[in-house]
This record gives sequence, C-alpha cells and structure tokens, in this order.
Amino acid sequence: MSKRQYAFYPGCSSQKGASASNFVTSIQMMCEKLGVQLNEIPDWNCCGASIGYGEGGELPRLVLNARNLALAEQHLPGQDMVSGCPACWLSTRETAERLNKFDDLMAEANEALKEAGLNLKGSVKARHIVEVLIEDVGFAEMRQAVVKPLQDLKIAGYVGCQTNRPFGITGESFENPLYLDKMIETVGAEAVSSYDQKVTCCGGALAFSEPDKSQKQIRDIVESAYDHGAEMIVTPCQLCQANVEVYQSEINKKQGTQFNMPVVYYSQLMTVAYGGGVKQAGLDGHIIQPKKLQDIAGK
Amino acid sequence: MNDLNRQAIANYKNDFLREVEERVEDGDWVRMCMQCGVCAGSCPLGNAWEHTPQKLFMMIRAGKREEVLSSDSMWMCTSCYNCIVRCPRKLPITHIMHGLAHYAHKLNMAPKGQPTRDIAKLFWDNLVKTGRVNELKFSLAMYFKDGFMQGIRNALAMQAVGMGLVKAKRLNPMEILGGHKCKDQGGIHRMIAKARAIEAHKKG
Repeated sequence: MSKRQYAFYPGCSSQKGASASNFVTSIQMMCEKLGVQLNEIPDWNCCGASIGYGEGGELPRLVLNARNLALAEQHLPGQDMVSGCPACWLSTRETAERLNKFDDLMAEANEALKEAGLNLKGSVKARHIVEVLIEDVGFAEMRQAVVKPLQDLKIAGYVGCQTNRPFGITGESFENPLYLDKMIETVGAEAVSSYDQKVTCCGGALAFSEPDKSQKQIRDIVESAYDHGAEMIVTPCQLCQANVEVYQSEINKKQGTQFNMPVVYYSQLMTVAYGGGVKQAGLDGHIIQPKKLQDIAGK
Repeated sequence: MNDLNRQAIANYKNDFLREVEERVEDGDWVRMCMQCGVCAGSCPLGNAWEHTPQKLFMMIRAGKREEVLSSDSMWMCTSCYNCIVRCPRKLPITHIMHGLAHYAHKLNMAPKGQPTRDIAKLFWDNLVKTGRVNELKFSLAMYFKDGFMQGIRNALAMQAVGMGLVKAKRLNPMEILGGHKCKDQGGIHRMIAKARAIEAHKKG
C-alpha cells in the first residue's frame, strides 16, 4: 500500500524534551499502522501561538506562518500541511486563508518573505492530524487496525477550544462535537457521552499569567470527569493536556481537592490499541500516571 | 505619551471609531456589533472583564479612547474563540480583542505590569530570537519578570511542577545552553523586521 504523504509541522511543544514531546512519540506508530507518512518541513519556525499578538501584531504574525507554508510549498510540493497542535494549525490555516483572500496582504507577506529567500504562491492547505484521521483514513480503517481493544476503560473526551473553534472539524458542531467520543469508541473504550465540560476553555496561555482564573476552569474540567465516572481524560490539544494535567497538584494544594486524573492524547489510546508499548505510546511522559492504560500497554 | 500615541491623537482628533477601523486588526468590524451580548455571556473569563467585548464596542463608538485603550479587559482573552463562533453578526471578536490589545500595547497605553501583556512580550521575544520557543527560558523569564527575589519565590512555588516535567522528559534543563533553534535565524530576523516596517508604514 502506498502511503499518504503529508508535509508535517510539529511545532515547538513537540520538540525533543519539550512539553508535548510524548505526543509526537505517540503518533509515530499510529501513523505507521494507518499508512500515513509525515514528512517534516525543513527549518520550520514557531507559529506565534495564542499570545503572539501582544507584541507581534498582524503582519509579523502572518509572516511567521507564511514562512512555514512557503517552506512546505517549496520542499514538499503537492502535500497538505499537517499539524498535531491546534494552535499551530489555527495560526497556519488562518494565515493561508487571509493571504489567499486579500491580495494586498499576500503581496506584503511576500515582500517580507523575500528577506528570507522565500516566496509563497498560496497553494498549500493547512490541516490538523485529526482531519487526516477522520477524512482521509476514516473510522473504518482506524477500527481495523485495533489489535488490543481498550475494554473496561471509561474516558471523558475533552476537545477543548482550538481544535474545535473557530474552524473545527467539518460537519461537527461547536457546542457538542462528537468525533472524539467516536474515536474513543473506535479503539474499544467507553466514552462518557454526558461529559459537560467537553469544550470548556482550560485558560490557554493565561494559565501562566492568570493562574487562579485558569485553575478555576481546570477544576471544572477535572471535576466533571470525576462526576461522570471517567477514569481518564483524553484530548487532542497539547496545551489542554499540559494545563489540565500539570495544575491538578496546584489546585489540590490551594483548594484541598484530591485530583489525580490522568490526561492523555487520543493518539496514545490508538497506539496502545494498535499494539504499542508504554514507550511507543509516550505513556512514560506523564506527571499523573495513566496507570490503567500503562497496564494494558504493558501486557 | 509615546510618539505613536501623539500622532494618532493629532491624526484622528476625536474620531476614535475611525482610528480603530483604520489601525486595529479587524477594527473595521466594530460598526457591525448590534449589542446583543452573546460574546459577554460566552467568555470563559467573562466575570474578569471590566468591559466585555460588547461594552468595548459601544465605548469605541462613543469615543472613549482613554478608557478603551487603558482597559485591562482585552488582556483577559484566552483565545478560546467561543465569541467568534457564537456572534450572530459573525464579528471576528477574538481577533478584534487581540488587535485592540496589541494597539494599546504599541501606544503604551495598556496597563503597566498587566501579567498577560508582560508574558505576551516575553513569549514573542523568546520565539523571534531563534525562530522557535525555548520553553525553559520562557518559564524562567516569566518567573523572574518581577525581579530576582520574586523569581526565586515563584520558582520555588512551582518547583514540584517543574521537577515533574523534567522527570517526564517534558522540560529539558539543558535548554538553558541554547536548545532548539532554526537554521536560518538571520533570514527570520530580516523577515520580521521587514514585516514590522511594512505594518508601521501602513498603520502608523
């Protein structure tokens, strides 16, 4: 079977030793099993993320993303650009759409890109890995690859914000997207369909600058998972994963709760269901140990 | 008052709406707001906003320049995009909030010491330097932004979290020596400088 080829934009948090390095580990085997080949864009740069606007402004921010699009266009022609990080995907897609819509912005972006020896025609489509899984691979193929169904595992699917808004996955609603629950069920686990904090904001980058306000959000997200009998939370977002996992100990310390809810990526579930071990699924990269999933992976 | 601010006041006199429309990212949408308040009710940090987006839009139209640009409110945006998808008039509210925050920052009218304003600048400076974010240096810069002693206190308070991340191999102490970076840093610096120059020429 010839593989589906994509220009891959990992993003800063997915680099070795960075906060979502276990995410990138966990997608290797998942992609291998599903015939997806991710070709890293050479010398990609940061997208500016959610708070780049403060100092960066509009054109510098667009240009950062235009450089990645231009590099993909030049080195990996004809391939869709794919990111696993919602912030990277959002910034890139927003840039591609704005530049393609407004000729003057495209001309200005290219004037700046010239300084880096690049030029953007605007032919690249920016997509999220979840779109590749749902639209190109499909649920049937995702299910076919399962060798170890994740039975007796009750999971709260936490979609968060930026995988869901403003673009989201085609055909899904902003208020109650169903694809993550469907992915959980595809690998044999049980999705908590009544989880009411599915699209609640974790505070994003304000987890750093407004910790109390963000931790209030995170408390709701974790508490509701407990209330609905979930054993772990699953998310497609790197910042959601980090915020919701890392700050539980702070909330415990300040508010006397006893949170210890594992937070993993959908790709870790899939890798385990596809026969991957603890390391292959990046399950050795957690502060709150996803014990039950680690046990299944170790069997 | 900085030069940009002085020029803007001279340029637009009392027409703050026109100033926003011409100088703020997506500011030309402000006129479209019909004051329904869905944005205010949809914001996860809504209670923390002294002026919700709905109010800010009306204040802009009422010419309340000083109050809008020195407001702390836009800096409460978590970039969740809930307001964007719910706005019945399809205003790109998140972008307008980002645009207002950036404009207020550029004019140096944004509140001094506003924590999100401060970390937004640290984050941008961090990423532009090598083309990629150095999470360790960014964390340290955040801890130490209010002075050395406060930095030590912040670092100690977050020690357990930091060590947990190091143990999970998701924070690398060696990043202090440089860490991940782009090869064409020179090109990136020239490109950003050019983009800033074009924007300054266009928007003052």
